[in-house]
Amino acid sequence: MDIFGSFALLLAFLFAVYALVAGIVGILTRRALVTKSALNAGMAVCGLVALTVATLEYFFFTDDFSLAYVAAHSNRALPLYYKFSALWAGQEGSLLWWSFLLSIYVFFALFLNRKKHPELMPYVGAILAGVQVFFLTLNNFVANPFHVFAAANSAGAMNVARLSDGSGLNPLLQYPEMVIHPPMLYLGYTGFTIPFAFALAALLGRYPGEKWIHITRRWTMVAWCFQGIGVLLGAHWAYAVLGWGGYWAWDPVENAALLPWITGTAFLHSVMMQEKRGMMKVWNVWLVFVTFMLCILGTSLTRSGIVSSVHAFAESSIGGWFFGFLGIIFIVCLAAWWKNRDYLRSDNQLDSLVSRESSFLFNNLILLAACFAVLWGTLFPVLSEWVTGNKISVGPPFFNKVNVPIALFLIFLTGVGPLLAWRKTSVDALRRNFAWPLVGGLIAGVVAFAFGFRLFYPLVCLILSVFVTLTIVSEFYRGARVIASRDGSSILSAVGELTMRNTRRYGGYIVHFGMVLIFIGIAGSAFNQDIQREMAIGQTITVGPYTILCQNFDQVANDNYQSDRATLEVFRNGHSEMMLYPERRFFLASQVTETVVANESTPIRDLYVVYAGRSPETNKPVIHAYLNPLVKWIWFGGVVVVLGTGLAMFPDRRAALVLRPVAQKSWGDAIAQATTGSRAPSPIPNAPIRRSTPHND
Amino acid sequence: MKAQKKFVIGSGIIVATLVALAYVGYTQSKTYYHTISELPTLTGATLHQRMRVSGNVKAGSITHPDGRIDFVLEEEGKTLPVKYVGNDPLPDTFKDGAQALVEGHVTTDGFVAEQVQAKCASKYEASPLGTPGAPSQPASQPGQSMNQSAPSPSADSSRGKS
Repeated sequence: MDIFGSFALLLAFLFAVYALVAGIVGILTRRALVTKSALNAGMAVCGLVALTVATLEYFFFTDDFSLAYVAAHSNRALPLYYKFSALWAGQEGSLLWWSFLLSIYVFFALFLNRKKHPELMPYVGAILAGVQVFFLTLNNFVANPFHVFAAANSAGAMNVARLSDGSGLNPLLQYPEMVIHPPMLYLGYTGFTIPFAFALAALLGRYPGEKWIHITRRWTMVAWCFQGIGVLLGAHWAYAVLGWGGYWAWDPVENAALLPWITGTAFLHSVMMQEKRGMMKVWNVWLVFVTFMLCILGTSLTRSGIVSSVHAFAESSIGGWFFGFLGIIFIVCLAAWWKNRDYLRSDNQLDSLVSRESSFLFNNLILLAACFAVLWGTLFPVLSEWVTGNKISVGPPFFNKVNVPIALFLIFLTGVGPLLAWRKTSVDALRRNFAWPLVGGLIAGVVAFAFGFRLFYPLVCLILSVFVTLTIVSEFYRGARVIASRDGSSILSAVGELTMRNTRRYGGYIVHFGMVLIFIGIAGSAFNQDIQREMAIGQTITVGPYTILCQNFDQVANDNYQSDRATLEVFRNGHSEMMLYPERRFFLASQVTETVVANESTPIRDLYVVYAGRSPETNKPVIHAYLNPLVKWIWFGGVVVVLGTGLAMFPDRRAALVLRPVAQKSWGDAIAQATTGSRAPSPIPNAPIRRSTPHND
Repeated sequence: MKAQKKFVIGSGIIVATLVALAYVGYTQSKTYYHTISELPTLTGATLHQRMRVSGNVKAGSITHPDGRIDFVLEEEGKTLPVKYVGNDPLPDTFKDGAQALVEGHVTTDGFVAEQVQAKCASKYEASPLGTPGAPSQPASQPGQSMNQSAPSPSADSSRGKS
């Protein structure tokens, strides 16, 4: 079986090489058949890598410990779903998983566009194949997961040896989110390859028009959404599993995942400047390039161990390969841009400081500043060692000092930007759009201040959040009111109608609202409290309004772990509210102890209780209780962002109408409705399409 | 043209503010990395900076005198006695032989650590044929340990036992 897997993996590599070479030949000789065969080879890679992954999973599921990788990351007693996720628990498997997800993206990117853009696709195919060749080289020759154990028998010949049991999965990874967090994050990281390929292809092929920018934007949204989900799931995992009461520590690997998300965010905004006004072309192309390069850089940081991190599980000498690849990408991008820079000349210039363009420019400026600051802080130990010889690290105060004001400014722009007109906004329009939201925000601020809410940044965050929420609500309300009064429908169905007519705009508002919720949740951390004390049965501790009574300590055991457990009763105002059972589990296979946090989460606050261990002197259990306000808003905000992004990717009705030639209008309408209906099994009625809405952007 | 000039000025103000904030954050949180063998060579101000030192926890060196936790870090034969004065319980991974990263200050009687991070030496990438959970432990050398309470062999970290 291991030979089958190795062979499929090798074949995938050869197909990718063929796709690259034949793709380049096809471009140079302009032979359609060669190009077609190259693209087909690119799609076939997906099937071969899938076979490889299936083979490796087969080893995990059958407890076949003849593979070193399986023996190192699984054991017989491991629950079935963790045997599945153990595939990406280490270096070799996670790189294979990366190649697999990338090959799925490549398959769809090639398959969906194979008949369209005949001038663009040869370049896209070759670039994607180039990236695949790199990762498949690693899979085959640097970090092959199919290494077997061999032992010499009595005659001295080497035989495949099979261990009776494996050393088990890292207990930190034995948590449901660890089954979905890595795939989500990798779907983000690998997904940014597709917009990169389209942008570079358009530049290399000097593809006329702006069509490529729509493709790039759409794929960027997919990758961006997955990256965001991955980052948030990672934060949630850290919060729920690591037991330190927080969700974000500015750890290098967290930062590495955040960076492409930030530049992707910047691109999704500034790309509108190019679509509507023909500006920022160089900037946009470079944003796509940089986003992809940050994905590779992030991976190399994680895996090279040059910055120390809790995620250093996959440390090895593989970093050099990534840095080499990064260098090649950079040189290719630079050369492509230099050769074709006249292709990217801007059509327009900035007209006014109070305009949509300007808000996008500021948005991009501070997003890039945030990105740069995070990158700088992450790399500082390396940079300072190069420059001064002293290795100096910077901690959370550095990141927070810079990024908190940036986040607040971003919230501000979130409210202001979408309501500013292109080119120039009149004073009258400003008053009309912003007077009430601004008043609402200030009232909220004054009320909060009067109730003793005095911390500066959270107060500003509150004012801005109310302001932004009101601008979003007023946007929906005003648009829906026009439709409702014209159709005589209810305001709610008018909101649905409005949203479906311009999914991108209104989906975007929903994303903005989700981000506001996330920022509110983060601002809540300014009010965190915690207390830690050793407790005997019958003793209590108090945190915020809660009194925690220690009722019992006991032990439970199963095949996988033994556990120390505390039974705590929580009182509020003298009434018993709930029972909490924080645990410490000792995993038998890996001989590692882990914390199981008891977290009672409400929208107002989380009561987060950790069995922190036993006191060294007295051997009494130590309980650490945290009171973390508003944390749930972060996770809920993340769900809203994902829903908004999904909505924004729907084809909107108006666009479907406008894109059809006039002569085929009725036929086009039918198709447009059919596709909307099939892709969108939503309850929104297929109302007749009107020529314009009151809120064109 | 005017709009562009205004934008440039606005950007300049924003960037300058952020740079200033970054500098403040940097001075508040910068931490130097030093190796154990470097410590004796430090003098003056550099000796009193907040710093991080890494090494392996010497086997049997973890003791618990009056509410503190003391242990000895060793690296390349050099040793450093550490007093842990932080409030958090030490991580589960902190035990004999673990790789530890301590953060704190050098004082006259050794290193006073406010934070200790530990990772079990090469557990997950260890040679799978080796005993899982048994980090490769270099033979402990009676190096240049300065002063150190007698390590009681039974004083293993009580954390992590069930």
